[in-house]
Amino acid sequence: MEHYDAIVIGGGLVGSAIAYGLVRARLRVALLDEGDVAFRASRGNFGLVWVQSKGDGAPHYQRWTRLSADEWPALAAELEAKTGIAVGHERPGGVHLCLGEAELEARHAMMERMRVQSGNLGFDYRMVDRRELTDMLPGLGPAVSGASWTPYDGHANPLNLLYALHQGFAENGGRYLPNSTVTDAVAAPSDFRIQLADSEISAPKVVLAAGLGNAELARHFGLSAPVRPLKGQILVTERARQVLPMPITTIRQTVEGSIMLGDSQEDAGFDTSQSPAVMQTIARRALLSFPWLRDLQIVRAWAALRVMPPDGLPIYDQSERFPGAFTANCHSGVTLAGAHVNLFAPMIAVGELEPALELFSAKRFDVSVAA
Amino acid sequence: MVPAGASAAAAVLSAGFNSIRATPVDGSERAPYCMMGVCFDCLAEIDGVANRQSCMIEVRPGMRIGRQMRPRMIDPQA
Repeated sequence: MEHYDAIVIGGGLVGSAIAYGLVRARLRVALLDEGDVAFRASRGNFGLVWVQSKGDGAPHYQRWTRLSADEWPALAAELEAKTGIAVGHERPGGVHLCLGEAELEARHAMMERMRVQSGNLGFDYRMVDRRELTDMLPGLGPAVSGASWTPYDGHANPLNLLYALHQGFAENGGRYLPNSTVTDAVAAPSDFRIQLADSEISAPKVVLAAGLGNAELARHFGLSAPVRPLKGQILVTERARQVLPMPITTIRQTVEGSIMLGDSQEDAGFDTSQSPAVMQTIARRALLSFPWLRDLQIVRAWAALRVMPPDGLPIYDQSERFPGAFTANCHSGVTLAGAHVNLFAPMIAVGELEPALELFSAKRFDVSVAA
Repeated sequence: MVPAGASAAAAVLSAGFNSIRATPVDGSERAPYCMMGVCFDCLAEIDGVANRQSCMIEVRPGMRIGRQMRPRMIDPQA
């Protein structure tokens, strides 16, 4: 039986970020991936490193998101220096477009709430009127009334991020075990035996980062991860010359020139099929925002399941019954990569989650405990 | 010379060209391949518009089929 300092179950954006942070702290780490049968939210994301829409009514999440976005530039630089892989992170600020006055007023109210809730952290936003917005964004459609803008927002290439994290993990001595579904597990405080198809591995620490797979895995380790699938669909255009100077919540242009169009949030269980009606809605809103998109061919479209906790906020926990077992669950695996590598992984290395993360515990879902 | 209804890609191959573009990744040459619109290896600039799948476009007299030297240009003000 192979023995490690930590076993991370799930090699997506969350698991690989944590695993990379742990090998950087000189732990011997095994990173398990289930294989192509897994739902793999990490291939179904948009690539935003987004702050402005996160944490209305939850200042702790606003703060965690800001911290993560602030870690991103250093993480991107470090990954490129160590692995040679450029994750294409840009942080020009970002906008959320509003079609019509009602949308604009609602957005303004939300931004103001976030600012008040942010307290000493502060929240630097601007509502941009249509006239100024037409200077910022080329060919803005007449249906756009205005937008909210913050300097905190940006975007990156999430596939390159996953690639770079895995590369960095391997280069720092991490052991990657693909096609390694967990068939059984025996948990004791700081002593975990993970059963694979034809082998067994053990460690005093285990991190559940298996996305939608966490809901089932959690019960073996005295943890709770009540996450559900949320389907999203994306349209991708042919590559064009660089036109968009900054990301929009539902439209971004990649470094290679493709323009990605989103978004949707569909409660469809584990169904991953695309639907013309949703694709039409996405296309329609994109064309209202930028009419010139009509001349571009759509070359690719896909649907994917993302991870959604019951209240949309991350779930971070260490098991009380089996100390040493941790779980990390979130919807925004791209945005939170900075925090997961530079803030969360060090907590696991030390063996304790900081008090700031207490509000993210799954205990908040247990009404009898919270009361 | 190609029969009526032939694609621009067919016209290029019939004219004796071994390749139609170079890939932006490493500059190696590519020729039309699947001839049915799924491989994207036949990309060419046709009548001034880049990124056209030449196998999906019916050739016409006077059509200008050129190697793609730049990305698809988009005019946001159009």
